[in-house]
Amino acid sequence: MLFKPQVSLVFDEVTLNNGIFASNYYFKLKAFPVTKKPSSTKKPEVTNLGYDARQAPINIKLGQDEKIALYRDMVRIRRFEERCLRSYQQGKIGGFLHLYIGQESIAVGCASVMGKDDHIITAYRDHGHALAVGMGMNEMMAENYGKITGCSKGKGGSMHYFDPSRNFWGGHGIVGGQIPLGTGLAYALKYKGLKGACMAFMGDGSVNQGAVHESYNLAALWSLPVVFIIENNGYSMGTSQERSSAGPSLAQRAEGYGMNWAIIEDGHDVLAVRDKVGQALKLAHDKSLPSVLEIRTYRYRGHSVADPDTTYRDKAEIEAYKSTKDPLSVFQLSLLAEQTLTDELIQKIDESARAEAETSAQFADASPYPSIEDIKKDVYWEIDNPADRKSVGALFFD
Amino acid sequence: MPVITYREALRAAMSEEIERDPNVVLMGEEVAQFNGAYKISEGMLAKYGPKRIVDTPISEAGFIGMGVGAAMLGLRPVMELMFFSFYSVAFDQIFNNAANIRYMSGGLINCPIVIRGPANGGTNVGATHSHTPESIAAYHPGIKVVVPSNAYDAKGLMKSAIRDNDPVMFLENTILYGEACEVPDGEYLVPLGKASVMREGTDISIIGHGRSIQLALKAADLLKQKHNINAEVVDLRSIRPLDVETILNSVKKTSRCLYVEESKPFCSVGAMVACLISDQAFDYLDAPVKRLTSIDAPAIYSPPLEKLQLPSVERIYQAALDTLK
Ligand SMILES: Cc1ncc(C[n+]2csc(CCOP(=O)(O)OP(=O)(O)O)c2C)c(N)n1
Ligand SMILES: [Mg+2]
Repeated sequence: MLFKPQVSLVFDEVTLNNGIFASNYYFKLKAFPVTKKPSSTKKPEVTNLGYDARQAPINIKLGQDEKIALYRDMVRIRRFEERCLRSYQQGKIGGFLHLYIGQESIAVGCASVMGKDDHIITAYRDHGHALAVGMGMNEMMAENYGKITGCSKGKGGSMHYFDPSRNFWGGHGIVGGQIPLGTGLAYALKYKGLKGACMAFMGDGSVNQGAVHESYNLAALWSLPVVFIIENNGYSMGTSQERSSAGPSLAQRAEGYGMNWAIIEDGHDVLAVRDKVGQALKLAHDKSLPSVLEIRTYRYRGHSVADPDTTYRDKAEIEAYKSTKDPLSVFQLSLLAEQTLTDELIQKIDESARAEAETSAQFADASPYPSIEDIKKDVYWEIDNPADRKSVGALFFD
Repeated sequence: MPVITYREALRAAMSEEIERDPNVVLMGEEVAQFNGAYKISEGMLAKYGPKRIVDTPISEAGFIGMGVGAAMLGLRPVMELMFFSFYSVAFDQIFNNAANIRYMSGGLINCPIVIRGPANGGTNVGATHSHTPESIAAYHPGIKVVVPSNAYDAKGLMKSAIRDNDPVMFLENTILYGEACEVPDGEYLVPLGKASVMREGTDISIIGHGRSIQLALKAADLLKQKHNINAEVVDLRSIRPLDVETILNSVKKTSRCLYVEESKPFCSVGAMVACLISDQAFDYLDAPVKRLTSIDAPAIYSPPLEKLQLPSVERIYQAALDTLK
């Protein structure tokens, strides 16, 4: 252990009540470093007792095809990302590669309840959201390869996918920086009188960014139709929630802004995600009210795939989650049990997802890189639309 | 022609654009009910209502970022920073999000936002409130930067900025807000990127932007009176896009250049202009390009000293004489 627990920071209730220390220590502070997971003595705010997401109104009406589509989308995300990983290991993808494996139920569940005027914005771990809203593997893989056929013409990379035609606004690399944008998307929806909402995704590490809190305040102050979704996978890089975030839970911070909030313990259950997120969206649609959802989940791979994965957790922890809560397996089992899925169908879905991913890698491989002239395109709208240019003078310099 | 102030010109520009385009909305701290910290938006809430004129909390990162997001979905927000200096609180939203969103989306997303407010010293408000970040802003590809020096330009440039499909940082000046000049009624536009030759001359080009231009014009009068020197004064009006042609033409004519600006000297707009001149008009020069900036330290509070720190008619006059030596 590198640090000795700092005795001056270890309080118990008794010391506090004695008033020996300044009254700003309301919480029972813990010694650091803290390596444990958040304590299980915490009362879960959303109880699972007797709750069966399959019986939720939004799910009960799901047809077989729709359930299969949910399953297929999760499989496609996983196979795509596994193929990305191979390409990364082959040196075909530069920079970072943040895989979503383990969290698929969230993007798929959320995208499946989106209406025509609902929008999505997220951080750099964006492959799942992109596929879930309908972006194609080819344009995504090509983006990872830095090719001109990529969704951002090779200018954004894996962290910066966009497809406004599918109401998908990125793909953002600065932790928490996308949350004001999502709030602004919601503002514009309300301004235009559209009955839509924005789902603004972030990780558990981003909740400590000022911009996130400023967005909470604006959203609550102006009743904006935004659903802030914290995908709590327990870690921001190598830092556990307990070592980064004060307070009893992440979502509960919404209370300070008078916002509705909920914790979805069963983040691995795509149907639970649909149910809770559907309710939050309805609140946004019907009453233009924002909310904060914390969805508990887990990521299997390193933060970015090249990152070491042993300093902050052990293999057993990963295996334990995989074996009990893998979003694909859990849903697959339940669909098998109700005979929506068959072994043959499972295999077919899997094969076709693998083939689709493989094709995307070939497509990316075969695609050309942007040209040197492309570097200066897409910087200014006016330069790209010379016939409509109103300004004069130099916009670029040598 | 009516004579109106810089403040009234800005108000007229925003009002005309709000009437013209339902997607234009003015937001910022105290812009609505309080009528604006500097009264730029006086009367606009009463006239256009709370949907178009919006008071924000003191939350620059939040509301500027929100404006960027709203612009991505087609609004044309005009965001007032009470002092432009507060841009630093929203730096990430401006320079990572507004500046890069078009690029990183491969041209799929536009960001037609205007971020405006006063960016100047000289009012004894100390270093935190006296930033002049035009070169910092213009450093970022994707951003446009405008610095009007008079009421006529302020109106025409503001209207162009609001209609522009790229993010524009519009740097005003509290000392100019009350300055008036002739401004036609109704519609006219000043395009971004077109410098204005405020005074023609043959002996030296005094080039600059913002309020320094007003000082340069007075210095040019003195040069004429005392030494019969004919100084040409060129107001860039817009930093990015930049009217390189007008700069070079002027310098080719006069063979000498003094760049005046209120910014600090390191990596200033004047440094960039000096570099352009040296690259493209070196053979025409009879003297090195000289720059006159604020004295290189944080903005001092002490009122008489702040006067000395900033460009003044006297300092410009002296610097011009030095350039002509
Ligand atoms: C402002 C900022 N600081 C730091 C980083 C580096 N960084 C990238 S992701 C990350 C961890 C974020 O974790 P979390 O929000 O929980 O999201 P997750 O990666 O778990 O999806 C860090 C520190 C960054 N990209 N932006
Ligand atoms: Mg995390």
